[in-house]
Amino acid sequence: MSATNSDRPRKKLVQVQHLKQYFNPGKPNEVKAIDDISFDIYEGETFGLVGESGSGKSTTGRSIIRLYNPTSGKILFDGQDISRIKHRDMLEFRREMQMIFQDPYASLNPRMKVKDIIAEGLDVHHLVKNDQERDARVNELLNLVGLSRDHATRYPHEFSGGQRQRIGIARALAVQPRFIIADEPISALDVSIQAQVVNLLREIQQEQNLTYLFIAHDLSMVKYISDRIAVMHNGRLMELAAADEVYNHPLHPYTKSLLSAVPRPDPMYERSRHRTDYDDSIEFDNHPRTLQEIVPGHFVFAAADELADYQATAEKYLHEASALGKSPLNA
Amino acid sequence: MSEQADKLELTPDSFKRVGANDTDAQEKISAPSLTFFQDAIRRLKQNKAAIISFWLLAIIILISIVSIWWTPSDPNAQHVAYANLPPKIGNGIPGFTGQANVGGQLVDKYAQANVPKGTYYILGTDYLGRDLFSRLMKGIALSLLIGMLATLFDLMIGVPYGIISGWRGGHTDTIMQRIIEIISSIPNLVVVILMLLLFTPGLGSIVVAMGITGWITMARLIRAETLTLKTQEYVLAARTIGESPFKIATKHLIPNLSSTIIIQTMFSIPTAIFFEAFLSFIGIGIPAPNASLGTLLSDGQKTFRFLPYQMWYPAAAISIIMIAFNLLADGLRDAFDPKTNN
Amino acid sequence: MEKILDVKNLQINFATFAGQVQAIRDVSFHLNKGETLAIVGESGSGKSVTVRSIMGLLANNAHIVGGEIDFKDQDILSMTDRQIENLRGNDISMIFQDPMTSLDPTMPIGKQVAEPLLIHGQMNKAAAMARAEEVLELVGITNAKNRMKDYPHQFSGGQRQRVVIAMAIVNYPEILIADEPTTALDVTIQAQIIDLMKDLQRKIDTSIIFITHDLGVVAGIADRVAVMYAGKIVEYGTVDEIFYDPKHPYTWGLLNSMPTLDTHSEKLYAIPGTPPNLLDPPDGDAFAPRNPYALAIDHEAMPPFFKVTNTHYAATWLLHPDAPSIEPPAAIQQRQQLYRDLIASGQIGTFPQKETDKNVSN
Ligand SMILES: Nc1ncnc2c1ncn2[C@@H]1O[C@H](COP(=O)(O)OP(=O)(O)OP(=O)(O)O)[C@@H](O)[C@H]1O
Ligand SMILES: Nc1ncnc2c1ncn2[C@@H]1O[C@H](COP(=O)(O)OP(=O)(O)OP(=O)(O)O)[C@@H](O)[C@H]1O
Ligand SMILES: [Mg+2]
Ligand SMILES: [Mg+2]
Repeated sequence: MSATNSDRPRKKLVQVQHLKQYFNPGKPNEVKAIDDISFDIYEGETFGLVGESGSGKSTTGRSIIRLYNPTSGKILFDGQDISRIKHRDMLEFRREMQMIFQDPYASLNPRMKVKDIIAEGLDVHHLVKNDQERDARVNELLNLVGLSRDHATRYPHEFSGGQRQRIGIARALAVQPRFIIADEPISALDVSIQAQVVNLLREIQQEQNLTYLFIAHDLSMVKYISDRIAVMHNGRLMELAAADEVYNHPLHPYTKSLLSAVPRPDPMYERSRHRTDYDDSIEFDNHPRTLQEIVPGHFVFAAADELADYQATAEKYLHEASALGKSPLNA
Repeated sequence: MSEQADKLELTPDSFKRVGANDTDAQEKISAPSLTFFQDAIRRLKQNKAAIISFWLLAIIILISIVSIWWTPSDPNAQHVAYANLPPKIGNGIPGFTGQANVGGQLVDKYAQANVPKGTYYILGTDYLGRDLFSRLMKGIALSLLIGMLATLFDLMIGVPYGIISGWRGGHTDTIMQRIIEIISSIPNLVVVILMLLLFTPGLGSIVVAMGITGWITMARLIRAETLTLKTQEYVLAARTIGESPFKIATKHLIPNLSSTIIIQTMFSIPTAIFFEAFLSFIGIGIPAPNASLGTLLSDGQKTFRFLPYQMWYPAAAISIIMIAFNLLADGLRDAFDPKTNN
Repeated sequence: MEKILDVKNLQINFATFAGQVQAIRDVSFHLNKGETLAIVGESGSGKSVTVRSIMGLLANNAHIVGGEIDFKDQDILSMTDRQIENLRGNDISMIFQDPMTSLDPTMPIGKQVAEPLLIHGQMNKAAAMARAEEVLELVGITNAKNRMKDYPHQFSGGQRQRVVIAMAIVNYPEILIADEPTTALDVTIQAQIIDLMKDLQRKIDTSIIFITHDLGVVAGIADRVAVMYAGKIVEYGTVDEIFYDPKHPYTWGLLNSMPTLDTHSEKLYAIPGTPPNLLDPPDGDAFAPRNPYALAIDHEAMPPFFKVTNTHYAATWLLHPDAPSIEPPAAIQQRQQLYRDLIASGQIGTFPQKETDKNVSN
């Protein structure tokens, strides 16, 4: 089953269906990085993907952009199965989907000038006719991400982390994609710089009607930028719902434990914080589990006999304001 | 602590709110732009040993280029009458006087052999009366030629082989690595001896032997580096943009492999030079009468006890070349990879 | 309260190709016995250099231009190498950021934890191993007795960080310095480690300097906070003062640019620009070029510390008696309002002497 909400008229841009991605399959060091996940991303939305290190978030993103070939399952982009794209249509596909990477120090080729980095997509897709046009377009993109044309002839090592990340964004935008996968684009940046990058991503999204898959482990930032959020653990989706739903009415114990661990810049809240631990042995009781819709649009990874419990909890939420201790700052 | 403030002259204007500077000004980079190579060269210049080696090699290379067209005398011409003359420069500089110690007495060998005035041999002559200096020049030139060929094999076979093996991965990689293992398990010497069965000894068989085995180290290093580079995010970015594998190799891999390539070349040149010298020394390399550092050493070694200069100079030449290449390679490695020396 | 560590006017430069990097520019702070002091600030602000100078672990190209670091009235900077080594082993210890690089992959963890005792202390091997086991138990390695012989790779990331902490506290040091001990970890593990450190502090009564750039973590662990920017401390005070009544515009910016789980606004507040180049730091307040509240004088002269309360100081000209009244950002005003409410309702202790406070509008 797939995590769709049928009464929403919006167009599904990306559909992930029963995706499995194993590394070294059949060998003793087999890793089930993704183990049967399904979800849809609607056009124009920001879909947040959170989870701890090694839960398979990057692998999901990389499978969608076809850096990996799935072990099984299907990924549809705009209705088309991406594993069936013919060689000559591949270039077109590469234009529609782009990725922003995590490490601002590893994501730019240290031997290339900024303008050549940004123009790589322009060259590959022949989007400019001559050098003047190329320079003009590069300057336009630099401008868009808040850098100046002087920066075009510099090398990446001369820039700070935040500036490099903006160069990476300009490179992705150069080919005018419709869908961008942002793999932890801010986790390597300082707090004061993170906001710059997040604002930039949102501005561009509004201007160019982009769809985002936003991968992160900083839950407050994901909550802020995403429309819907999926929580990932051990290669599976534990919970999927609208951003506010996930934060205010978490159903799965893993989500609850994750939320209870998020530190907040508020000493009073921190003093009264109670952490709940998650014991993942409950997943190994041999009950078959799938994503089940508990309330409309809110899915939980559950076995048939757990449904009633989750429904009861969801029912209870309707009467309470929030499950978590509210910060007095936003009382 | 606010007393400090009183020492400043504060006017009401000082407390006008002016806000931040405009952001463009802050993001300006004022430092001059240095490319990676300029930076590396700057670091290299700090390494005295490497710089001295560099200039030494430059001089040696110049001399060997000259030797292609000109040597003081014909390196292969024999003057049996003038055999075993000691070194002499002009009318005698200490150490180069043309005299030899015979039974406790200094004897002017040039006079003994009736060498005409004005004819002298800077490094003396060998047992056939051939000019050692000219032979040394030719020998060095040959060594450098061998070095160049080694570089050529490294670049033409080692680099592409390593890149393809690392980039393709999977079965391709496994097969290519097996091939390397098989080749490298055969000792070089065995290859050369096998070549002797097919060709006459000489430059040809040495070159073929190097062509078969010389690029292995380079290929291994490049493969290992390519394996890490291909998971780098900028390479992934190039793939998601739709760049073709060939373009990725030329735009992203090779520029980032360049330091490894340069350094490894610097190490494989002396290895090849030594390999040739060794073969010639044991007599299966460059055939007589042609000069190479190996044959010079081999000849000199026979009379070392009586005429040590015949071996000293070629020995010094090969040592200097080997040390200089190694020091330069070390210097380059430190310059390209500042992490290792810190 | 007893001062256990007192850093006075510390100045450190680094010699580089491009010139002298003025990494630490006149930093003073102190650490009280039994408290946790958090140092926050963005990357490159000098947090690591500051604490490394306390440990005598600066890089070779570092040059201490001036200042003093007094540990129990003895200046660390004028100690001999032997004395510093002794200090490192017995009185002050440090936890580094990356748990994997601080552990030797070829040595069983029990031995690694016991090692500082064998090098520095007078303990024999059996006693040292017994103490190592005790400490491993203390940091929450379950079944420590049987795991003493295991190697680092047999532990998860969070457990490895616990082992690193065990190594640092095995001597029961007077001061524990933690340089971003949780940055590489997941939030859930981070929360466990922070709880652990709070717990340990109570048990072995050590003083902690905790470095991080995550304000959320600071709020959870610190008693007092020092905010660093471009090689200087710009504001320090108790955790409540810094979070509910910040005075320096940089602190405002930091608090403001972090979305909380409750943030809904359209646009996040972002501090514009990038930090200054420490090769050539600006004359005035280093933050002035990015500071929307900057006064003319901020661009010209370095502000001194102005006292807010006995425990709270901030280096901004906004606190000068002649400075105009300025409205902090809305979210900061909200924090200040909450602070007044909390004090009024007695949930937070107050600090009576409010002197220069009046200049920043409430
Ligand atoms: N190329 C690969 N070969 C083998 N295993 C891999 C490979 N890439 C990822 N894995 C494994 O797959 C699992 C999921 O990795 P992934 O990178 O997707 O995690 P993540 O959620 O992105 O974590 P992080 O937050 O640390 O980036 C991990 O156990 C990882 O070790
Ligand atoms: N060995 C060194 N040589 C030259 N400059 C150095 C050296 N070590 C540190 N610096 C400089 O000193 C400044 C402060 O560095 P420091 O490592 O203390 O920053 P930090 O606040 O710990 O940052 P982060 O959060 O990234 O760890 C930086 O500008 C840095 O470039
Ligand atoms: Mg990842
Ligand atoms: Mg640091």
